[in-house]
Amino acid sequence: MARILVVDDSASMRQMVAFTLKGAGHNVVEATDGVEALTQAKSGSFDLVITDVNMPNMDGITLTKELRSLPNYRFTPILTLTTESSAEKKMAGKQAGATGWLVKPFNPDQLLATAKKVLG
Amino acid sequence: MSIDMSQFHEAFFEESFEGLEIMESELLTLDVGEGDVEIINTIFRAAHSIKGGAGTFGFMNVSEFTHVMETLLDEMRAGSRRVTQLTVDALLESVDVLRTMLEAARDKNDVDEEMVAARYAVLNDILNAEGGSSVESGDTAEVVAESVVATGQQVWSISFIPHADLLMAGNDPVRMFRALSELGELDATVDLSKLPPFNELVPEDLYLSWTLQLTGDVSKGDIEEVFEWVEDDCELSITLLNDATAEATSGSAQPELATAPVEASDAVLAEPEPTVKSTELEPKKKAVKAKKATESASIRVGIDKVDEIINLVGELVITQSMLDQAGEDLEANAELSASGDCGSQKTNADILLRLSKGLAQLERNTRELQDGVMRIRMLPISFVFSRMPRLVHDLSSKLDKKIELVVAGEETELDKTVMENIGDPLVHLVRNALDHGVETPAIRLAAGKTETGTLNLNAYHQGGNVIIEIKDDGAGINKKKVLAKAIEKGIVSSTDKLSDSDINNLIFAPGFSTADVVSDVSGRGVGMDVVKTSINKLGGRVVVQSEEGKGSVFTIRLPLTLAILDGQLVTVGGESYVIPLIAIIESLQVDRAHINAVAGKAEVYKLRDEYIPIIRARSVFGLEDCIDDLHESLMVIVEVDGAPVGIIVDDLQGQQQVVIKSLETNYRKVETMSGATILGDGTVALIWDVNGMVNVHKKKLNKGAVKA
Repeated sequence: MARILVVDDSASMRQMVAFTLKGAGHNVVEATDGVEALTQAKSGSFDLVITDVNMPNMDGITLTKELRSLPNYRFTPILTLTTESSAEKKMAGKQAGATGWLVKPFNPDQLLATAKKVLG
Repeated sequence: MSIDMSQFHEAFFEESFEGLEIMESELLTLDVGEGDVEIINTIFRAAHSIKGGAGTFGFMNVSEFTHVMETLLDEMRAGSRRVTQLTVDALLESVDVLRTMLEAARDKNDVDEEMVAARYAVLNDILNAEGGSSVESGDTAEVVAESVVATGQQVWSISFIPHADLLMAGNDPVRMFRALSELGELDATVDLSKLPPFNELVPEDLYLSWTLQLTGDVSKGDIEEVFEWVEDDCELSITLLNDATAEATSGSAQPELATAPVEASDAVLAEPEPTVKSTELEPKKKAVKAKKATESASIRVGIDKVDEIINLVGELVITQSMLDQAGEDLEANAELSASGDCGSQKTNADILLRLSKGLAQLERNTRELQDGVMRIRMLPISFVFSRMPRLVHDLSSKLDKKIELVVAGEETELDKTVMENIGDPLVHLVRNALDHGVETPAIRLAAGKTETGTLNLNAYHQGGNVIIEIKDDGAGINKKKVLAKAIEKGIVSSTDKLSDSDINNLIFAPGFSTADVVSDVSGRGVGMDVVKTSINKLGGRVVVQSEEGKGSVFTIRLPLTLAILDGQLVTVGGESYVIPLIAIIESLQVDRAHINAVAGKAEVYKLRDEYIPIIRARSVFGLEDCIDDLHESLMVIVEVDGAPVGIIVDDLQGQQQVVIKSLETNYRKVETMSGATILGDGTVALIWDVNGMVNVHKKKLNKGAVKA
């Protein structure tokens, strides 16, 4: 039972991720881009942030950087959802401070397994 | 945990089609050359979302196809590929292919593999031709290499020396050890040697390192996966201490390098991961198939519209309680006056005043609520207009013409049903304007015009109608040619006196086509008459104004909604009927002097300079018609197929907005009626279909059943 912030501009992906996590008993808050996510993050606390990389207004990499600069989110696990499995894209997330990544396409089981990896 | 992924499909398709539209419109604004990074980014994002979603929801063909497009876009985004017309066109056509693929996936149909393969080839050619790298199909190669599955018991020694800042990214060794312990038996030894004295300790840094021993049926890949996210934040070495299985015992405690060949041989035995993935997907695909391929019509409504309705309902509740109170007071008064006590009661006059005020308020609330609810069905016309830039782009290159499209009034709102049915006629009119209207650059220059033609698309509200204008600055309608053709086709006779406007509007006559050669672009069997019929079906009208050499304007007038109609109430044979106001030109009192009987059969009326046919509503309905002399009867002049027709009615009543109820669903189709409505007094009134009335009249006329 954790509070998880899910950030994706794609409604279907967001729904799928949120539905899966809720099904596992987590409390999920959704945001459609980095700007909205940052506002949500500032007004509440989360145990995990799962964010898409390519989004309008503010992308996932920038969001990660912004979150890491907030005292409350220095150690919060942040996972990026990326379609590229190339090392360089993964590293872009890492360098911004992301905990890890999840490569699309993934199925609900993989999502839950990955979430479990970072939730205390 | 099994989740039915098909529940997200609708959302996925909806957003994917939106994504395609974004890609299309942005591609059209993309300038050849450097290309605006912001635009490319937007296109890239749309492609990227479709690819990610398609992969996740099991539409692998869509995902793979989009991957190629995305690669191309990524190179453009990174600046390593120039934006050429060729690339833009290829991407636009790929958008079409992708749309077909998505539609096929949505409707559970098979997709035309050849078409997809052909498009693949084109995209790959572009990718290979200039700069950039070719795309390997997916990322399978990497996955295969990682998917080393070991058998039997292994003892692994893991040396894990994290960097001090490992915790900063939210990783935690404890969680990693927990994951390892799920793989097999874990034995951890911690090295505290680097731990500083307490007063020098930075609480956020990590000073510990570990030596771990893991025993179990574990492959090196499994272990590496646990440390996947931290491989650059630590020094990690994973060594196979002892392989419990018979084979591969070539020395224990091998350095990491030596383990590689062992893995390679294992890889032969191993089943590559992608195979596993695809079998997993199978049952899901089948489950999806079982579901009926219906497209449930849904509509996106702005939250402000919903709020407005909630607010209006709130006001309605207030009005209702106000009326309630007035009613109670009246009741109390009645009781009091019955008991003869006339003391401190509120006067009836006072209450009646409140009552009438309340009713007025109720009327306003109802009207506002009606408007509000109607607005839910309203969508901005940009839904249709957005298709046009692409059309103009494609057509102008096909026709070798230079055309600039200017769109205005995109935010004009229109009923969803009207919107869905106006798309095709509009496309036809635009095609027509480009094909027949705007001239080639050479002709334009010769005529002293600018090389580039302009096509204006404009939409706005006027009264209760939506007006759409399609205006070009082309050659205009050649009246001589049109008239000659119309006479040749027997649409009009050479003796008919026709105004310029009449001639222009002849192009809407059934079976009319002026193009010398039936071109590939427009005039492929479907004529302007079809456009006119579709618009009429929506309760709208279309007219054309044209000036030779200067251009043409097509004006479409549409009702705001199909659910409500502005009607003229008339009486025929003691029954009330509704005539759609949009069809009525004027109403007048018949003057005997203007009536003529043609060939002893049909009656015509001389209206100013033209003769119009007279239809007696009574005879169309098979009612007894005792009036021989139509003098001083009331005649409603309506437009049917562009020509005025006079319909004789018994009486004219007021004009009123009526809510249309379908006759077909409640009864059956009636040729002369388009629907029914319920009037204020509770009676049902039928709504005339004037076209149908004219048809019935003609039939009766041919049978000689109508008295002349």
